[in-house]
Amino acid sequence: MAKQHVSTTINGEAVEFLCETRQSLLDVLRDELDMTGTKEGCGTGDCGACSVTLNGDLVCSCLVLGVEAQGKSIQTIEGMAEGDQLHPLQRKFLEHAALQCGICTPGVLVAAKALLARNPDPTEEEVRYWLAGNLCRCTGYNKIIEAVLDAAREMRGANHA
Amino acid sequence: MLKKTENQISDLKVVGTRPVRPDGVPKVTGQARYGADYSLPGMLWGKILRSPHAHARIRSIDTSAARALPGVKAVMVGSDMPEQSFSYIGPDRVQVNYWHMTRNVMAREKALFDGHPVAAVAATTAAIAEQALKLIKVDYEVLPHVIDVDDAMKEDAPLLFDNMITRGVSPEPTKPSNVSRRSEFKAGDLEAGFALADEVVEMSFTTEPVHQGYIETHGTLARYGADGQCEIWSSSQGHFMVRAYTAKLLGMNISDLLVHPAEIGGGFGGKTVVYLEPVAALLSKKTGLPVKLVMSREDVFRATGPTSGSSMTVKMGVTKDGKIVAADGTFKLQAGAFPGSPVMNAAMCAFSVYEIENARAVGYDVVCNRPKAVAYRAPGSPIAAFAVESVVDELARRIGMDPLALRLKNAVKAGSPTIWGPKHGYDGFIETIEALMAHPAYKIPLGKNQGRGVASGFWFNGGGESAVTVHVSEDGSIAIASGSMDVGGSRASMALMAAETLGVPYDSVRSTVSDTASIGYNHVTGGSRVTFATGMAVVQACEKIVDDMRARAAMIWDVPLEAVSWQEGAAHLTDAALGEKAPLSLKDIAAKRAVTGGPIVAEVALNAGGQAPGFSTQFCDVEVDPETGAVKILRYVAAQDVGRAIHPSYVEGQIQGGVVQGIGWALNETYVYNDKGQLENTGFLDYRVPVASDLPMIEALIVEVPNPNHPFGVKGVGEVNIVPVMAAVANALRGATGVRQHALPMSPPVVLAALDAQAEEVVGA
Repeated sequence: MAKQHVSTTINGEAVEFLCETRQSLLDVLRDELDMTGTKEGCGTGDCGACSVTLNGDLVCSCLVLGVEAQGKSIQTIEGMAEGDQLHPLQRKFLEHAALQCGICTPGVLVAAKALLARNPDPTEEEVRYWLAGNLCRCTGYNKIIEAVLDAAREMRGANHA
Repeated sequence: MLKKTENQISDLKVVGTRPVRPDGVPKVTGQARYGADYSLPGMLWGKILRSPHAHARIRSIDTSAARALPGVKAVMVGSDMPEQSFSYIGPDRVQVNYWHMTRNVMAREKALFDGHPVAAVAATTAAIAEQALKLIKVDYEVLPHVIDVDDAMKEDAPLLFDNMITRGVSPEPTKPSNVSRRSEFKAGDLEAGFALADEVVEMSFTTEPVHQGYIETHGTLARYGADGQCEIWSSSQGHFMVRAYTAKLLGMNISDLLVHPAEIGGGFGGKTVVYLEPVAALLSKKTGLPVKLVMSREDVFRATGPTSGSSMTVKMGVTKDGKIVAADGTFKLQAGAFPGSPVMNAAMCAFSVYEIENARAVGYDVVCNRPKAVAYRAPGSPIAAFAVESVVDELARRIGMDPLALRLKNAVKAGSPTIWGPKHGYDGFIETIEALMAHPAYKIPLGKNQGRGVASGFWFNGGGESAVTVHVSEDGSIAIASGSMDVGGSRASMALMAAETLGVPYDSVRSTVSDTASIGYNHVTGGSRVTFATGMAVVQACEKIVDDMRARAAMIWDVPLEAVSWQEGAAHLTDAALGEKAPLSLKDIAAKRAVTGGPIVAEVALNAGGQAPGFSTQFCDVEVDPETGAVKILRYVAAQDVGRAIHPSYVEGQIQGGVVQGIGWALNETYVYNDKGQLENTGFLDYRVPVASDLPMIEALIVEVPNPNHPFGVKGVGEVNIVPVMAAVANALRGATGVRQHALPMSPPVVLAALDAQAEEVVGA
């Protein structure tokens, strides 16, 4: 079957691509657009390593078809820092050693950013439940939770200033 | 945080601080490249056909229709790889048999487990490769299978290998079985020992195999040239291991293979073997084009890992005043489809935290129709510890002694005996018990349906071969190249130890992992060995740099070498009689390198000995929901002797991560095989690893009793933290419910059934 033409926006840039109708958004990002920052851990929506936002909603890109990106706006890990300025979450993850192998980190960061966008002052429990869809096998989650709470604190401070 | 500070090196400036790791920014921006992130122009996609049968003879494989599909460039089967001779090679605990290894990568005569690779395809797209798999016709003769270890040891069990004669038994058995090997370790007189006991507890236990659960599946890219030179990009715990195994399985010279270390997305022992690399390389050889192979999560669960499931019986005796006088254990471990479970480790570690004069541990390595077991975090030790530490908990209850006090009374220290021969060489265990005894949370009263459990663990830790190069760049900054894969922050540890030794700031040191052509051989990153062994090589290389810098300064100043010292990153003239000289910094000397001997480089290649073992003691509080049987972890405190924490944040992270893996092993993780021997839970939805909302904060207590054989006292951090966990949770559950759990996982239905049985007993009585 002929490939479909899709026009979309990724990290604020207009992007066009061709994809098969069966291809997931994750496969399109990784294999067609060479954006390998978004990771595949399961392909079935269980691990959250492929988290992106689609029109602001947090999704597993392995559960979204490439053609569904038509006319939408996608945010991936590659768009999180502004130039050479890391997002506070990225900086806090480094300061808190909130990653070991780092394979889950892009998905966790995208998910955490989505959390703080809707809830700038989450409790530890709220962070734990929001990130329950992002598996990390290295850290036991301790330092991830600490980093998210610390980043939230800093971002709230910045907003008040 | 508790710090043991004996033999403290008082003036450490960099070691023990918590800087940002050198590989951090690429990992938070999505730019770090893992195994599946590499591609090359003209690349083909490989796919692997896997057996749907747990046990089947392969009568024939017809690949003609697959080959004829447009876009398919090559098809391979197991016999396309050269045959290997049958022999067990290497040290007893980690023997390798290449006849088995080539068949694990791809089946030949028989498929031995659901998911066993039987053929592979390379095609222009992944979709075509997938389609081609469906066109391969395999004629299977399905055979009876066996999944469980006790079943596999029965007289009439289906045999995986009709010529397997149990090793380690005298006289040699005349009949084949599924028992690959028996091992026994023994000290003292068991009968006499048990005769001294006032209380004896004997219990049997089973554990399920569990997967390492790394979030990155296996992925590799290979390019094999017509000149016989091959390059591989893959994520593994050792690119030298990938090079050696792949070359051996393909009959290549090792040096014709260049392996690039991709970033690794978790391994925990599971990436110390090859699955895909020989297949990708052979498909590339056949096609003359690069070939990429990536496993799905389903592939990972069906055909990689896990660590062994087990069936165990442990008997221990104690006197009224708390002296453990005898211990006897039998440990039967599933090896999976090929021999090589970690049963020797299980038997050796089982009683290793206790000073017991009369003890025996017997192990059986048993094949069955599951994927071949692979190392998982202190392989073998956590399995044995679940049994032994549960029995020790019952001993403490019988004599009415606090479980930490009982452990303290019997704790090993330097000079204590082991059952495998040499005496313990190092302290550190007692200090982990004392750390918990002093912890205020240990005395917090518990509520209804709540319990507190204690357990301890032992792990050997590793040394071994490492090679590093340290360069002083032209501007005086430092570049370190090592050949040890970084699975969780070791580049930061290397840079910290180098900065400390050279007397320079951490930020002036860059630490990298080099490919197999650029650095000497390194063992895999495993056995908690890298910060110890590779770290030792880094320190020695930096000491050589210091000697070189002093010599160059002496040349520049035209003074004897003895008159030059190295302090705070600069050469100083210490003999006032020779005049006054401004110190020469690394930068100053690097600028004069050409006239003082050329590039400033030190290489160290060593085989590090003198590693000291890891000890951990932990307690946890749980609450059981009597309606559902669900167990909630309320509090977890883990003390571990690490020798010295080079980067304390990553040390805490290892302890927290290991404990949480153990919590998954204790409460949830299990394989579900149907009656045909096919795995039914091949994804993270049904193979449930712990998620953030399952857990409280895990408190890591770093205990530091330095290892005298390492320049900074490092022992090793990565593994022993998982050893006590399953027993700690089971013991807490015993406290909360009054019921002893004998099987893992202690999932809600299992716990609920135990509570119901207990209630019936009470009603019946």
